[in-house]
Amino acid sequence: MKTSARVAYIALISCVAVLAAVGIGAIVLVILGADVVQTYKVILTEPLKDLFGITEVLVRAVPLILVALGIAVSFRAGILNIGAEGQIQMGIISATAVALAWPALPKSTLVPLILLAGAAGGALWASIAGYLRAKLGVNEILSTVMLNYIAAQLYGYLLRGPMIDPAELQTGSGTPQSVRLPKSAWIDRIIPGTRLHWGIVLALVLAIFIYILLWRTTSGFKLRAAGASAKAARYGGINVESCLFFAMVLAGAFAGLAGAVEVTAVHRRAIEGISSGYGFSGIVVALFGGLHPGGIIPAALFFGVLLVGTDMTQRILSIPANMVSVLQGAVILSIISAKMVINDPYAREKFARRLSRFRGHPGGYEVKR
Amino acid sequence: MGPTRPTREKIKELRVEGITKRFPGIVACDSVDLTIGENEILALVGENGAGKTTLMNILMGLYQPDVGKIFINGRPVQFKGPADAFAAGIGMVHQHFMLVPNMTVAENVALGLKESHTHLRLDLSGVKKRIAEISERYKLPVQPDAYVWQLSVGEQQRVELIKTLCFGARFLILDEPTSALTPQETDDLIVLLRRMASDMSIIFISHKLAEVTALSDKVAILRRGRVVFKGTTAGQTAAGLATLMTGHEVVLPRNEGVDGCGEERLVVQDLCVKSDRGFLALDGVGFSVRSGEILGLAGVSGNGQKELAEALAGLRRVEKGRVSLMGRDLTNRSPREIIDAGLGYIPEDRTNEGIVSSFSIKENLILKDFASPKFSHGIFIKSQEEARNAASLQERFDIRCSSLNSAAGSLSGGNIQKVILARELAREPKALIAVYPTRGLDMGAEEFIHTRLLELRAKGVAIFLISEELDELMNLCDRIAVIFKGKILDILAGREATRPALGLLMAGIRPEAADRAAEPGEKA
Repeated sequence: MKTSARVAYIALISCVAVLAAVGIGAIVLVILGADVVQTYKVILTEPLKDLFGITEVLVRAVPLILVALGIAVSFRAGILNIGAEGQIQMGIISATAVALAWPALPKSTLVPLILLAGAAGGALWASIAGYLRAKLGVNEILSTVMLNYIAAQLYGYLLRGPMIDPAELQTGSGTPQSVRLPKSAWIDRIIPGTRLHWGIVLALVLAIFIYILLWRTTSGFKLRAAGASAKAARYGGINVESCLFFAMVLAGAFAGLAGAVEVTAVHRRAIEGISSGYGFSGIVVALFGGLHPGGIIPAALFFGVLLVGTDMTQRILSIPANMVSVLQGAVILSIISAKMVINDPYAREKFARRLSRFRGHPGGYEVKR
Repeated sequence: MGPTRPTREKIKELRVEGITKRFPGIVACDSVDLTIGENEILALVGENGAGKTTLMNILMGLYQPDVGKIFINGRPVQFKGPADAFAAGIGMVHQHFMLVPNMTVAENVALGLKESHTHLRLDLSGVKKRIAEISERYKLPVQPDAYVWQLSVGEQQRVELIKTLCFGARFLILDEPTSALTPQETDDLIVLLRRMASDMSIIFISHKLAEVTALSDKVAILRRGRVVFKGTTAGQTAAGLATLMTGHEVVLPRNEGVDGCGEERLVVQDLCVKSDRGFLALDGVGFSVRSGEILGLAGVSGNGQKELAEALAGLRRVEKGRVSLMGRDLTNRSPREIIDAGLGYIPEDRTNEGIVSSFSIKENLILKDFASPKFSHGIFIKSQEEARNAASLQERFDIRCSSLNSAAGSLSGGNIQKVILARELAREPKALIAVYPTRGLDMGAEEFIHTRLLELRAKGVAIFLISEELDELMNLCDRIAVIFKGKILDILAGREATRPALGLLMAGIRPEAADRAAEPGEKA
């Protein structure tokens, strides 16, 4: 198949997959008694209508990009990190702790320190699963999911106990949240009046960093080889176990960083629900983006639109924002099915044959030499 | 037409007409016409990818032909699935046995025999009766109560034959039936098939031409999906068939050099290694390979060859013993250290271990050296150097591909092996381990690889060649060791080794006259 036909083929299959996802969502909407067309119109166009919507989409995209970049590295290296959700929470805790411990430091020192602390928190949490897998062969899916539960409880406990805002105790309202971070710890907003912050620049720079890491460096070569074929990598003298560990730690660091950015740029105090599923959505974004930074950025923007759009349907059409979870699930199913079809050479050949018949020159076989 | 009804009618003639089958990017069968008459043995010969297996899968109903028809006794038939082919009386013994190891022979036969299990009842005694009948009729001794894992490869093949016959096959297709057998077992199989041919017709797929001339009545040669020769076997020579098969004259190179007398490079002493399942796969193996020498290791696969190669390459733990290269102890060192010490390794599983199949060809060519100063600058890979290296190796090793950026896994087996060979040889190893380097490859690729190995020998590299092809070993090796159940039974001088002598040793039979001039100090 020629490259152009191949691209057309992949685009076609992807469109079918998107339609399938939309179709599944439509079934749910019909059950809810909603106007399907109207709902989709709101989800997909409403967020892009004004500056507020667009900046909100970008705000959602930041943590998605950061998490997905880490997930891409781990999946490429052959270790499936499902624990980003917990790693984000550990990142938030570490970042908040550092911000509250040294509020007097100048901003230029404190903000990098906070980001590093967030990354370290996530990395440390992920390293547990990475170590267990590399040393003892413990399945990382199991360990990261379990670590998510522990992280969630730890997070809840800290916000209700040791890290709770003393003001909450005085007033007796007891909302589980930390003290508001000092201004010196804030990541600033780019456009006043919106929530768009400089984290977006950080995410884009790190996307380039991950691209270079994976495809231009010796470490990236090792990681990709270990993930593509552990047996061949071992044969080639690569220490596969250390690759798995490193990839997991890096993925954790990115998730932790996402948490740190969220708390210092958006919420500015640790509250419950900051991670709001970014750890899981990040996996979907990474897969939807083909585990490649160049795909992850548009995928994250698309999911940003979905997230903001479903928020708006709740307000405008009073359809629950949880619809986004349904759509996410449908998208995952469609992507996986579409990938199977795209990678099936027989289906591809059939398509090529149809296409060439359609164009009027039969055959279309290239005999392998 | 429709699905064919089961009949007991004898298959007097099976004919295929104009069979064409296309696969992505390739025409696997191109207007194939063949006729097999009553009690005939047809040898179907061809290189890899010539379309033999595709044609047989069409006969078995696994594929539908794009064009063409199958006739049995002059009547057209259509096989929608394997069940239709079985019903018509066609049975196939696959190259890789389809047996459940932890079930008995009778249970394995019962698995495919629908009438033996109705709802909750399993009629094992009926199955055993049927096995007894068949084994009596064709003189195929088997023990119905033995577990399959207890049987030798030759015995397992008899079980496959009996299974196929119990299903009512009156027409047999055998796909490379001798590929896992010792020479003696091969001879037995040829006698057996001759006897069975008095009762049925047989298609026999092989690329071992000596067997083809010994067994078949007629021979058909496929090349790139087309039948290029059809005729009686009588009067054909193996060399003549080889020329027809490849389209050009093939002369496999021979080791004509004087015996290697360089220093000992790869020395293995008293090596004990466990298999994946935890039992001792190698039990006190010792040998040494000198500079400029090819030491062969003969043996039926599964006797510890895989474990030996992996232990030498650092991919499997050594329990006891010592491995050294150029005097340096490499026992239980990491693969990286062993690679750096100068050991090249052509692994058995070329697609999953020898290459990262989703990586590009040029990436695979630096799989062992991406971090060396030649290909990296600090943490960055020098992509220009990577491309230059790939282009020069492509030319030197005649790697045929559309682009060096395409995935190595998309190459043919022969070209994958060339990529591996190019990478290993470009590293200028001190010693090279080659495990079944030509298995499954066509004669052109075999010729190429043999030539390269002999060149390497002339350069003074110590080569350890693990193979089950006796011709390959006898052509190339200075000495041939024979492994059986994890022990080296004997080491013969290459010039003195004969097929019968090697065959007996491969079957585990050690001749009493064991005072042959073997490696001095070698333990019995």
